[in-house]
Amino acid sequence: MAVETDETGIALTSLETLTLARELAEPAGVPLHALLFATTEPPTEQMLGQLGEQGVATVYITAEPRLAAYAAAAWASAAVQVAQAVSARVVVASGTPRGGELLAHISARLDVAMAANVTAIEGLAPFTVTRQVMGGSVLEEMRLADSPAVFTVAGHACEATPAAAVSTPVVTPYRPTVEDADLVARVVRTEAGEQDHSAALSAARVVVAAGRGANGPDGFKSLLELTDLLGGALGVSRVVTSLGWRPHHEQVGQTGVRVAPDLYVACGISGAIQHWAGMSSSKTIVAVNTDPDAPMVTRAHYAVIGDLHEIVPAVNDEIRRRGH
Amino acid sequence: MVNVLVCIKRVPDTSESVLLTDDAMAVDGRHVGYTVSPHELCAVELAVQAAADGGTAGVVSVGSGDAVEQLRDALAVGVQHAVLVEADDAAFGPADVAAALAEVVEAGTPDGTPYDLVLLGNDAADTGDFQVGIRLAYALGRPVVSGVSTIAVSDGVVQTTGAGPAGTEVFEVPLPAVVTVMEGGVAPRYPSVMGRVKAKKAEIDTRTPSVTPRGNGRVRLKLPPEQPSQVVVLGEGAAAAPALVDLFETMGVLTK
Repeated sequence: MAVETDETGIALTSLETLTLARELAEPAGVPLHALLFATTEPPTEQMLGQLGEQGVATVYITAEPRLAAYAAAAWASAAVQVAQAVSARVVVASGTPRGGELLAHISARLDVAMAANVTAIEGLAPFTVTRQVMGGSVLEEMRLADSPAVFTVAGHACEATPAAAVSTPVVTPYRPTVEDADLVARVVRTEAGEQDHSAALSAARVVVAAGRGANGPDGFKSLLELTDLLGGALGVSRVVTSLGWRPHHEQVGQTGVRVAPDLYVACGISGAIQHWAGMSSSKTIVAVNTDPDAPMVTRAHYAVIGDLHEIVPAVNDEIRRRGH
Repeated sequence: MVNVLVCIKRVPDTSESVLLTDDAMAVDGRHVGYTVSPHELCAVELAVQAAADGGTAGVVSVGSGDAVEQLRDALAVGVQHAVLVEADDAAFGPADVAAALAEVVEAGTPDGTPYDLVLLGNDAADTGDFQVGIRLAYALGRPVVSGVSTIAVSDGVVQTTGAGPAGTEVFEVPLPAVVTVMEGGVAPRYPSVMGRVKAKKAEIDTRTPSVTPRGNGRVRLKLPPEQPSQVVVLGEGAAAAPALVDLFETMGVLTK
């Protein structure tokens, strides 16, 4: 299992994937190995604690300086070397941009099939998975006959739950062979500016989202205020980024970020399949919309009918009036 | 001057509704029409821009003969030549599509010069395999950059930018190379009337792949169960604000 880290420690989507991997490894009586991916920094105590909670037996880390600048092919080569050393039968990562890229490289190098965005394991002999296609609006049952079985796990398809028995992962440094050819495509520099906040958005417990109903780039002031009052993250629908009202990394949906917050407040979003695919795992959905028949309203748990530009400022005032 | 090949896929336009075929092995696009993914629309735009100073931009699709419609759409916005690799979508998996595309790349442009740059969408809108571009790069022995927003080609190097966890990540990769595109960095242009007329008359180079397909492992498709609406309408307009704030308080999302 290739594990990604972020400012919270082990990324939430990686914890979810570890849970699914553990549920596969435990009954088979095989150990769960984790490989710290896309970083040459050693894991923190907190990260090791998180991996232990997921029942990880061994965590592979590398300080190889040639991997310090991100290069997908070189990381895939390193992961293949570890997978072969431990005779891995299953190789998984979360279905993030980095995770999907890594596993596509690995499956090409090993010349095996790969399943993207798996939501469940259906059977072991033959190895069959369910995965999201059509942006999550359709599920596909797919046979993965090759060994090792390579697949990514769809973000928020399953919940990260701790193992019955917490483990103490054995930290195992390794030094992969790195070929020059695998470093040709590597990050030469990272510029400030278009920072990808999608990890923070993906992990947010509250998302305030806006669509066409925002009416323009100046229509987000009260929405950003509400986001702030709820301590959440702002998400938008595809039309908002297509029209250039907000940056692309805030887009929730099939071609954007997948979220699964406790609360999703969808303001002025009709609820097209493209958008629904990115937020349908939200625990509670509140729709604010002028159209009572919009799919987002009929599929939401709660709705307020009306113009977001009247409702959201009134909600902000009410929150402040109550002293929050 | 650079020769670019952009790879596109005809997919059902499921922005409104999704239906499955009777055998549950495919999405039925007959009533909703067909399109290409937003990522690929951006890839086509980037290909046209990259080839603007005397290079060539070609487009290829692997699939049924109906994909001619999507190839003509690309020709209408400035792509110069189109190749259709006729193949059975149901029989071809991502590795098979990559192998079929590799044959087209290796054959080169209509005048026999090599393709310097191959662009694809980051993932297809229907099968969502997230791997064809990367498999193609391995088949060709070329470097690959995934999920980029913009490209710039000069002196035999493609520079790409894309959003990464810590900011905009810049890659500089010598050609020939493969790049997969995510929407967001460029606005696809609309076809002109002249462009449409030209595209309608253009010849499509139709080929048969020599690939023996391995398949895609599909057992069946299923639709997630549709839940009956259980929405609780809290009210209308600004008057509903207190009810909504009550809900936020009950959920404990107002902690300050």
